[in-house]
Amino acid sequence: MPETPVLLTSPDLVEADQDRTMILNMGPQHPSTHGVLRLALEIDGEVVVRVAPDIGYLHTGIEKTCEAKFYQQVVPLTDRVDYLSPMHNNLCYCLAVEKLLGLEIPERAQWLRVLLSELTRLNSHLVWLGSHAMDLGALTVFLYCFREREEILRIFDDLSGQRMMTSYFRIGGVSLEPPLDFHDRVRAFLKSFPEKIDEYENLLTGNRIFINRTKGVGLLSAEDAIALGVTGPPLRASGVDWDLRRDMPYSGYEKFQFKVPVSNDCDVWARYVLRMQEMRESVKIAMQALDGLPEGRITADAPKIVLPDREAMKTQMEALIHHFKIVTEGFPVPAGEVYQGIESSRGEMGYYVVSDGTAKPYRVHMRNPTFATLQALEKMCVGRLIADVVAAIGSIDIVLGEIDR
Amino acid sequence: MTGATGQEEVLAARADDVAIRALQQQLPNAIQGTKFDREELTLTVARESIVAACRAVQSAGYNFLADVTCVDWYPNQPRFQVTYHLLSHGLKQRLRLVVRVDESDASVDSITPVWPAANFYEREIFDLFGVRFGGHPNLRRIMMPDDYQGNPLRKDFPVEGYR
Repeated sequence: MPETPVLLTSPDLVEADQDRTMILNMGPQHPSTHGVLRLALEIDGEVVVRVAPDIGYLHTGIEKTCEAKFYQQVVPLTDRVDYLSPMHNNLCYCLAVEKLLGLEIPERAQWLRVLLSELTRLNSHLVWLGSHAMDLGALTVFLYCFREREEILRIFDDLSGQRMMTSYFRIGGVSLEPPLDFHDRVRAFLKSFPEKIDEYENLLTGNRIFINRTKGVGLLSAEDAIALGVTGPPLRASGVDWDLRRDMPYSGYEKFQFKVPVSNDCDVWARYVLRMQEMRESVKIAMQALDGLPEGRITADAPKIVLPDREAMKTQMEALIHHFKIVTEGFPVPAGEVYQGIESSRGEMGYYVVSDGTAKPYRVHMRNPTFATLQALEKMCVGRLIADVVAAIGSIDIVLGEIDR
Repeated sequence: MTGATGQEEVLAARADDVAIRALQQQLPNAIQGTKFDREELTLTVARESIVAACRAVQSAGYNFLADVTCVDWYPNQPRFQVTYHLLSHGLKQRLRLVVRVDESDASVDSITPVWPAANFYEREIFDLFGVRFGGHPNLRRIMMPDDYQGNPLRKDFPVEGYR
């Protein structure tokens, strides 16, 4: 007589019979782990019992390298931490050092920073949307997203000379005055972008396969989210109304009008919906920043910290001396420690900078959002199928560069 | 430099701060130093009472652990400074707790029972600084390979070249 098949969905059964489970390596070379994340999955049939993330494959010791560079030389390193939102890293580091120095940043530079932060958020969310949808089987969205992302990267290229590793924000302001066609180009992009979001939503929001793969998957309660250090869209999708741009504003965000979308559904679907709404809000913020962009200086009035104009350098002795001193020996930063948090595309990004009074940072620590959020992956996946792990990873919007640093 | 730096001054100026009040009531001897610099409040806490201090400020409203990290003050003693950045969603305020750890016994109690989020951060400090966390559920290297020798973020570890 054949035995009755045992349903493998109850966690109690798994506890009762440990021999039944096996360890499956997901990654480090797996298309849906977005880089080199290795997950040791303990599985019971196709049901996940335990998830142990193994990270560090991309560890480059950026924090150690920072300690050997002058303050201004650290800016290009921060780009490489989270390569999908480089400007957020630039911004966060610059704000931290400016807080140490007590620098006042002119309004024009602040508004440019806000404008570019929001464009960066769009850039990052587009990569997230494309790869998340591709993981769940909708390949077309990926191509659409990269079409728009290309225009953002071209704007960045035009502005700073680099597509991805822009290093556009500098301690004391921004590096260059925007080119002449910048306004028209950004305006045209921002005007057309809401329609493009409609296009993506057309492909996904009503898509039965996408809904089945995301609704009710990767559940994370608000209590768990707070206990596990989750920030950004996953936190707001669990019903916690918290956005640093609104609640602890920096770089002039208090002057902008925008909504913070929140959802109580706690699942992968809610995170998708929130990020789509966030993109629409980002367009609004960027539009306000572009419309109200004040005239004036783009760098702080601090000749010993900010590099002089080329023109001034060729005609004024003082400027030449300052340039020489900044480049060869940096500038000393008063001793102290600061922590600056900003709302990056993925959540709270924080830079903790300790100065001992010299021209090199004594310690730079980066608090990266997905490093903490990755800890919540197990909560999202246990008791679900392996295929849901893919959806959950996508919904965290993981970037291994910033996790491993 | 902004704000007061002397301990009594800071305590007097910020007597109504919920974190200071909670710590003074529940753990009268835990606060070893205070600093209010550049609009940021730093409280140095005795090493033995860090878990209790975290519980106290958590119930006082600092509900979110943003970050845990470490600074190596080599060759000064005590060598390590373990730094906890807390955030209150209700008060919209940050708080920094600091614990000084000597090299001879580089260990602190783990705060994972209070905030599970500390798990990865404490592993990172263990890996890169060699500070141990008592009671941590899984204290293994996280960035470097398991068989790696040394702690790269210590100040006596070279930035480039051979050790």
